[in-house]
This record gives sequence, structure tokens and C-alpha cells, in this order.
Amino acid sequence: MVPLSYYLVLSGILFACGVLGFLIKRNIITIFMSIELMLNGVNLSFVAFAAHWHALSGQVFVFFVMVVAAAEAAVGLAIIIAVYRTRETLNVDQVNLLKL
Amino acid sequence: MFHLILFLFFGAICVAGAVNLLVQSHPINSALSLIVVMGSLAAEYLLLGAEFLAAIQVIVYAGAIMVLFLITIMLLNAGKEERSKGSRVATLLGVPGVLIGGVLVAWTLLHRSDMQSVPIGALKGDPKDIARLLFHDFLLPFEVTSVLILIAIMGAVVLASRPEAEAHGARKDEG
Amino acid sequence: MTPTLNPLLWAIPILPLAGAAINGFFGRKASRNAISAVALVFCGAAFAVALWIALHFSSASSPYYFPLAHWIRAGMFSVDFDFYLDQLSLVMLLVVTGVGFLIHIYSVGYMWDDDGYYRFMSYLNLFMFFMLTLVLAKNYLVMFIGWEGVGLASYLLIGFWFTKDSAAAAGKKAFIVNRIGDFGFLIALFLMIKHFGSLDFTHVLAAVRTLPTETAGAGLLTAIGLLLMVGAAGKSAQIPLYVWLPDAMEGPTPVSALIHAATMVTAGVYMVARSSVIFDHAPTAMTVVAIVGTLTALFAATIGIAQTDIKKVLAYSTVSQLGYMFMACGVGAFSAGIFHLMTHAFFKGLLFLAAGSVIHGVGGEQDMRKMGGLRLYMPWTFATMGIATLAIAGIPPFAGFWSKDEILWRAFGASWVYWLSGVITAFITSFYMFRLMYMTFGGDDYRGTVAQEAHGHGGHGHDDHGHGHGEPHESPWVMLGPLVVLALLSVIGGFVGYGNRFEHFLAPVFQGATGIAPETAPESASSTLEYLLMGVSISVAGLGWFLAYLLYSRVPQLPARIAAGLGGLYRTVANKYYIDELYAVLFVKPLIDGSTTILWHGVDQRVIDAAVNDSADAARHVSDNMRHMQSGNLRSYAGWVAAGGALVIAYMVWMGVR
Repeated sequence: MVPLSYYLVLSGILFACGVLGFLIKRNIITIFMSIELMLNGVNLSFVAFAAHWHALSGQVFVFFVMVVAAAEAAVGLAIIIAVYRTRETLNVDQVNLLKL
Repeated sequence: MFHLILFLFFGAICVAGAVNLLVQSHPINSALSLIVVMGSLAAEYLLLGAEFLAAIQVIVYAGAIMVLFLITIMLLNAGKEERSKGSRVATLLGVPGVLIGGVLVAWTLLHRSDMQSVPIGALKGDPKDIARLLFHDFLLPFEVTSVLILIAIMGAVVLASRPEAEAHGARKDEG
Repeated sequence: MTPTLNPLLWAIPILPLAGAAINGFFGRKASRNAISAVALVFCGAAFAVALWIALHFSSASSPYYFPLAHWIRAGMFSVDFDFYLDQLSLVMLLVVTGVGFLIHIYSVGYMWDDDGYYRFMSYLNLFMFFMLTLVLAKNYLVMFIGWEGVGLASYLLIGFWFTKDSAAAAGKKAFIVNRIGDFGFLIALFLMIKHFGSLDFTHVLAAVRTLPTETAGAGLLTAIGLLLMVGAAGKSAQIPLYVWLPDAMEGPTPVSALIHAATMVTAGVYMVARSSVIFDHAPTAMTVVAIVGTLTALFAATIGIAQTDIKKVLAYSTVSQLGYMFMACGVGAFSAGIFHLMTHAFFKGLLFLAAGSVIHGVGGEQDMRKMGGLRLYMPWTFATMGIATLAIAGIPPFAGFWSKDEILWRAFGASWVYWLSGVITAFITSFYMFRLMYMTFGGDDYRGTVAQEAHGHGGHGHDDHGHGHGEPHESPWVMLGPLVVLALLSVIGGFVGYGNRFEHFLAPVFQGATGIAPETAPESASSTLEYLLMGVSISVAGLGWFLAYLLYSRVPQLPARIAAGLGGLYRTVANKYYIDELYAVLFVKPLIDGSTTILWHGVDQRVIDAAVNDSADAARHVSDNMRHMQSGNLRSYAGWVAAGGALVIAYMVWMGVR
């Protein structure tokens, strides 16, 4: 029997890793993958709670999160490709035209 | 007991994969670690009884989304990350912030909440049950997400297509 | 005496106001004739109405009143636009409208060539409106409106040639010094409101009548009386607020005649006379009034001896004669003071208008040392001015003798000190007035040149009369006419006081006035004493004339030698005892310096401006620093988000832990 909090801690670790990746990594695609990691962490906590409270709608929510993540990944990668075409680089520090 | 061991085993793989994603310098390696994370998460879902979700996780996430990532990495010929001047704010403020947040949450969860246990396979996540929810209670979101996917497809096509001049030029070369 | 409603009362002030408005708004493009017609018609109409009322005036149905409109209704306190006419107001009314009308006619000639002609006539009418409001008011507040209004008109008219620095400065000085007096007046009004709950004459004066006389020397009525005297001192140029009147000579001569001789400066005397009941019940205040009046009369007369500008002599003479009026009021002889007010309006108005005629005739010169022998060129001016001089010197049977003698007689009844001072002042008055006559008209040679056109008088070039320059000339009849009328009044004006008729006429207004020298008491005294004192004042006037004749006709070198001999003393008197300089050092400079350093640099610049500027600077600095957040760097954004998220989580944990 695994306490609920263990699942939540695992979810939290995954989420933290995702944020860390977002902050540390320089490649845009890697940053994007950290976002996916964050989403997965959140998914895990949803499922854990669904199991805890015997509410199936938690799993349905995860379903929707996945769908949206897929759509977002598609669009995001398309943007990355477009940015690469103009900037010739995947380094996020060099995509900084929107500054004051 | 068995449940705990399995949980810890797959949890460890998860965390290892996540950390590896952070550590690797080549994006391809990061992508592959992410796939490992996805897989172990699917196993976790199974432990929680979400069979349908576990299957979807493998098919959609690990199978489609990650493949998309890999295609993009290969398309753009992403190489090792170069050293570049990062953001001081990110490293000085962000990283400690995340760590503190994470530690706080973990501490709270482990020490304060009631240690209610979740039995293995507690909730049966039958496709039949999920489908019933999906097409009855969550019908609207379901339909809306289908529209969302359509828009995403169109957006991706438009964004990633070559600009007109280049296309013309390319066709001229070909012609 | 039952109060009677009289609807004509409010028409009197409104008519000149209409004239002022018409000339003010439409006068710029109108022809001179049209402007003159408007101004004269409206002023004349006011005079006609005043005459009508006077002819139909009956003491039995006085006082007349007319409530025009509601004004202030504040709980128990109310003040309305009410008009009022009793014997005192009637005298003032006739003087103001009559002399005013004559001066309007004179101004048509005097100011004809000026560019701002329409403005001048408009301002003159405006002044009439305010003065009439002052005189016909039924309560102190409407009187105050007129009071302030005449101050405004005075400012506008003194600074009429506003392009001239000295004129603008003189206008300001007049207004500001007036305001100091008004401050006293206002506090007196506040005291009245507080203690009597009303500002209406009938209410206040009736209430005061019921109060006991304050013989202890202090108290509410003394305070009110003293404060009213402060206001009167400002308006009527008494010590210490007289300094504006000599400077006011910067204005055109008709202005000096109307405002600073005949009417506005007498407003203070009128106000004191109107409040006679208050002063009666406050002997200390009354004594102060008498002392101030006496001192001012003597003081101003001494300054007049050494002045060389013809208008300045007349200005100090006005201050001195006003001192006589206040001395009269101060000893309880209110009707004598008003009598002298009336005769003074005649002869002083005449003196100023004649001086204007002289100035006009010699092309703008005002220095008497550059005149002389003008009686040969300007006989009419000479004759009328001579009559006025005889009147002011107090030589019978001219008007000034009767009124001045009445005052001296009543002053003697109060204290021989007042009388002696008055007699000495009369001597000096006679001396400097005849000195003026001899210097201006006497002798046979004209010491100046007529080609003095370009300077001084705002360049209104009225010297292109077509005849050869170098010769002074008589003024046109439009100017001489009023001179003749006023001269006539200066001759016969005194006879209204014969046999105490004037006193009896005004008695209902001043009834119950006990004062230092009761109105009725001297009648019982011996008439030999009265004739003796009369003889003294006549001989003193003659003595002054003789001395002036000696010094300025017989031995013309003597004055210069005396002046050189007296040295410093002469210089002090010639420089008006340096009072203006004293005020500048004591009050003006500290005020300006304080204002500059404390208020301007300290408060305005360092506090108010700084607050605005610094808050703008602060906003700019903040945004300058915040700008760096928008670096365009994705990771720093994420860093901020993560930090913020951590904060929120920490807060939530903390809340949960509590």
C-alpha cells in the first residue's frame, strides 16, 4: 500500500525537474521537452487523486490534458521550425528581439 | 509491500530519466530520456489501475508526441548545446525558487497530510467506464478538443510551411 | 418719521452702471460723440432722479428705503440688496451726483484726445455706480460692496495710462493700502454680525443705542469703532494709510477731482458719520478719531508747503481737509463734518479741475516752478481757482469759511488743543494755497515753455490746437463751464449752514449723539466767544495769505534762501518726511523678501514643484529599473515565474501550517 503522498511527491519531483530544465537548458527543443515533463508530472497527480477519491473523472481530465499537450506540441514545434528558418539558431538566448 | 517496491522501482526510473534529461547536452539524448520517463509513468498508471490511460500514454505521448520531437530534432539538425550567456535571473532566482518550492511541497505532503494509502489497482479504469464519462458528462469538452486539434493542425501547417518566395524559387529550380 | 418705500432709489445707481456697460462693451468702435452722449445721459439721469427725490423729500416720510433683492440667507443671519435714503444719504447723494455730473462734462473736454476715451468714460460711470451703491446702502455689506467697488474704480482710473510704470504702480499702491484699511472694516463687520446678528443699519444702530456707553475705554463698541476707523483711514487717506493719495495724482486730473477730492475719499467720513451712534457709545474710539484727524490735518498741511507739483499740493491739501472732517466727527460734530465734506467737494473739486485746466493750457507741465503769470493767458481759470482758494483758506463769505469755522468752534468746545491745532493748520492751508496761486498765476513772466507735449500724460497729444506753441491758452468752454458752476457753489454753498439750518436738517440722523461736544451745547455758550474765535480764524487765514504774498510775490528770492537756511529740515519736509521710504523698509521690503525666500523658493519651488517633479522623477526611475525585466530572454522570464511560484507555494504552506 503506497501512501498518496508518495505519488504526489513523485509528481512534484517530476514537475520540479521540468521547471529546472526550462531554466537551465539552452536549446529550444529541450526546453519544450521540459514542458512536456511538467505536464506529465501533473498528469500523475491527477491519476493519483482519481484513485484516491475513486473518481474516474480525474482520468478523463488526464485524457484531455494529453490531447491538449499534443496539439500544443504540434504548434510549438511548427513555431520552432519557423524561428529556426529566420534565426538559424536553436539557442534560446539569441531569440531575444522582444526586448525593451 | 509489493506495490511499494514496484512504485519505488518505476519512480526511480522516472526520476533518473528526468534528471538525465537535465544533464544531457545533446537534445536527442534528452528526448530519449523523456521517452523513458513516459514509459515508467505508464507503468505507474497501471499500478494505480488506470489501464486505459496507461495505454494512451504510451501510444500518444511516447509514441506520437515524442516521435514528433525526434523528427524535429533531426529535421533541424540540432547539435550539442553551445555555451551561451544565460540569464542571471534564471539561475539566481529561478533555480533556488524551484528547489525551495519543491522541498516545501514535499515536506508538506510527507509530514502533514494523512497517510492515506492507495491500494494497488484501486480504481478500475475500464475503457468502458471512461467512454461512458467521455460521451456523457464530458461530451462538450470532447467535441471542443476535436476542434482544437483541427486548428492545431492547420496552424502547424501554416507556421511550418516555407515562405512563398522560396517556394517559387524552389519550383523554378525544379522547373 | 416713518420709513417709506421709494422705488426710485435703485434706479440711481443702476443708471450709471448701464452707461458703464454700454460704453465698456460697445465703446471701442463708437464715435466720441456717442460715447460722451451715453456717459453724460446716464450720469445726468442719475442726477436728475436725485434732484427729484431731493425736491420731494420730506423729513416726515424719511427714511426712504427699497428692498431690491434677497442676497444672503444663512439661518438667523440675512443680508439683502436694500437701498436706503435719509437726510445724511441725501446730502451725500446730491454731492456725488451733482459734482460727479459736472466732472463728467469736464472730462469730455479734458480726455477728448485720449485713445482710451471710451474706457475712461466707462470707468467714470462705473465709479458712479459703486459710489452711489455705497451711499444708498441700507446695510454695511452693500456699503462694503460700494466701498470695494470704488477702490476698484480708483485703481482702474489711477492706472488709466497703464503703459506708464509710475501710473500702474500708483494704482496698485492705492488698491493695496486701501485693502489694509478694508481688513479693519471687515473685522468690524464680523464683530457686528457676531454680536448683533445683522448688518442692517437700523438693526445695528438701534441695538447699539440700547447698550451702555463704554467709558472704561475698552469693549465691543470701542473695538468696532476703532476697526471702522482703520477702514476709514485707508479709504480717506488718514494717518497712517494716507500714502496712496499723493501717488494717485498719476491719474488724469478729472479722476483726481472726482475720486480723490469730492467723493471716494469722503466715503470714510460718511461711514463714520453713519456709525455715529457706535462712536457715541465708545468715547475712546471717538477720541482716537479726533486725534488722528487733527494730526493728519496738521501733518499733511506741513508737507504741502514744500511741494512743487501743483497736483501734489492739492493732494496733501485733500488729506489735510479730510483730517478736519474726522476731527469734527471725533468731537461729536458729525453734521459739521458732513457740512465741510460738502463744501470741500465744491472747492476742492474746483481746485483740481482748474489745475487740470492749467495743465491742459500749458501743455502738460505740472511743476509750478515752470509756471507763472498765467492769469494773463487763462483769466477764467484764474478767477474760478481764486474763488476756490478763498474758500479753502476760510475767508468769508465763501463756503469753506462757514464749514471750517463750525468745526473749529465745536473743536474748541471739546478741547483747546484741537482748536489750536486746527487754527495752525488753517494758517498753513491758507499759506500754501496762496503760494500755489502766486507761483502759478502771479507775476508777469511765464517761466515755462508750452512745448511740453510729449512727456508725462500718456502721450495723448492734445496740443495740436493749431495755434502757435509757446503760449499757454485758456481751456474750451466744455471744461470752463463746470469750473464756473463749482465756483458759484463755492460762493453760496456755505449759506445752507446759516443759522444751524444744516445741523437741524441732519439732526434726525445724529439724534442721541452725545459725544465729547454735544450738538446742542454750544448754542447755549456765549456768542462773544464764538465771534472771537471766528475773528481768530479769519485773521489767521489773512496772515497766511500775506505771508504767501510776501514770499512769492514781493520777494521771490526769499523762499530759496529760507529753504537753504533750513537745510535738512526743509529737505525732510520736501521729501514728505520720508514716510514712503520708511514704509518701504519696514513693511514692503520685508514682505517681498519674505515672500520671495519663504513662499516662492521655499514653499512653491521646494515643496510644491518638488512634489510634482519628484513624483514624476520617481515614476521614471521606477520604470527605468523595471525596464530591465523585459529583456527578451526567455529564461529570465521563466526564472521570475518560478520565483513567484515558489513564493506563492511558501505562502500557502505557511497559511496551511497556521
